[in-house]
Amino acid sequence: MTAAAPAKLSNLGNFTARVVGIGALVLFLLVAEILIQTGAISRFIVPPPSEIIGSFYRIITQEHVFSRFLLTAGECLTAGVMITVFGIAGGVLMHRFKLLQQACETWVAAMASAPVVLMYPLFMVIFGRNVWTIIMMGFVAALPPVILKTIEGIAGTRKVLVNVGRSFNLSPAQQFWKILFPAALPTIFVGVRLGLIFALINIVGVEFLINYGGLGQLIEDLAERYDLGGTYAAICFVILVSVLFFMALEKAERWLRPVD
Amino acid sequence: MAETGRLTRAAAGPALSPVTLLRAAIILSALAVWELLSHSGWLYRDVVPSLLSILRALIALLTSPSYYFNLGVTAAEIATALAIGGLSGVAVGILLGANRFLSKAFESYIYYLGPTPKIIFFPVMIMWFGVGPESKVALGTLSCFFPVALSVAAGMRGIDKVLIRVGESFRAGPWQMVVKIYLPAMRHPIINGIRLGLGVALIGTLLAETKLSNKGIGFLIINAYSTFDMPRMYALLIVLFVLAIGANALVGRLGGLDSIKRI
Repeated sequence: MTAAAPAKLSNLGNFTARVVGIGALVLFLLVAEILIQTGAISRFIVPPPSEIIGSFYRIITQEHVFSRFLLTAGECLTAGVMITVFGIAGGVLMHRFKLLQQACETWVAAMASAPVVLMYPLFMVIFGRNVWTIIMMGFVAALPPVILKTIEGIAGTRKVLVNVGRSFNLSPAQQFWKILFPAALPTIFVGVRLGLIFALINIVGVEFLINYGGLGQLIEDLAERYDLGGTYAAICFVILVSVLFFMALEKAERWLRPVD
Repeated sequence: MAETGRLTRAAAGPALSPVTLLRAAIILSALAVWELLSHSGWLYRDVVPSLLSILRALIALLTSPSYYFNLGVTAAEIATALAIGGLSGVAVGILLGANRFLSKAFESYIYYLGPTPKIIFFPVMIMWFGVGPESKVALGTLSCFFPVALSVAAGMRGIDKVLIRVGESFRAGPWQMVVKIYLPAMRHPIINGIRLGLGVALIGTLLAETKLSNKGIGFLIINAYSTFDMPRMYALLIVLFVLAIGANALVGRLGGLDSIKRI
């Protein structure tokens, strides 16, 4: 799924559309600013955009937003390493033993659609109110897509490549490392990308819910202090980080899968 | 020989397949390990309660009228969120899918905002809509809107051009085009979007309930956590997972998604 609209617009049309998109956002912010400044919308519910922009400097300098960002990034990285290791291993195992795959693939798919994040109170009891609850929640919620995409990637290896391996009399281990795994890598990365997105969403969400950790906790903290400008600025910051993370993963995927 | 073969196959039919046997073995092993852990004392008491106590809590939960009241509250919140978020998602998706200029101008906002954590908007929703069910509905709506809009926009672009030309040759008006051509042709993307939307609306609504509420299934879960009633928490999670997976499968089946090859 990509955001790209049908590429039938001319370059000028594309440029105009982008300008209209950005212009509409700027206009929306201006209208909001006027409505709030004139009192049509209460500034105790929605702070003016100028105040939100001003709060950015404050949350960066006073709320240690970068150290919080590093903490959340570290949690995501740990969960990411875990889903990559366990997800790929699980997928390979299930592909290797067909019976296991037939028995468990439906369960993994069901787990992917289950509201796993609602288990966070349970994880708090098991791991305590600490960073491991957050990491494990991200890990469990993000594991299914990596397993499913690993199975799909290995199963989708072109027959001709498998036959090349056979004609060279490769051992099963060589067949896996030289043929199956490299061929499946782009699809596996799709799974890892999805997993990382799920992990980030769940990690920030759980940080907010249990009021512990990095960026999610910052929002909860500011909201409890009724620091409206700061709350909105922190939300904008988290959204910005998520969008940049998402874009970076997309770029990495395109680099890994140059021809599609 | 052929007859014998047929008889043999017929006789072998009702027997358990290796897959079923393996599934049963995995489930039984997991239950046995669980029971062993609950009696071992290796973990804190009650973190892994015995299966019997979970079963008792499950029965108590399912026979309690308050459970059905709270389930009704949550179901109503999710249904309202799905209705508002789903309908607005379909409308925006049709607009973006039908108009290349609008798509180029605005779809990237929806595309990149879609996979962001929506629960962080909850403090804003409380300020806007109060601490009652409205803020939960608002969060569910916000969660549901993005996948539906993106799925419908992609589905709209995938409509067979012949169908559109047929509508145009009949001089169908914009509303007739939507009702007679676009919506029937996009049945699968819409149902798929609603299925995704249902999943995230459910998560958004329930998470909001766990954060701040006095009714709903989310409230029951966090209440069980606060009172450290672990068997009840497990029972609630089991029921919730069964309902969520069941609802997801039901929407998929109603929309005939089973007939679509998985991409």
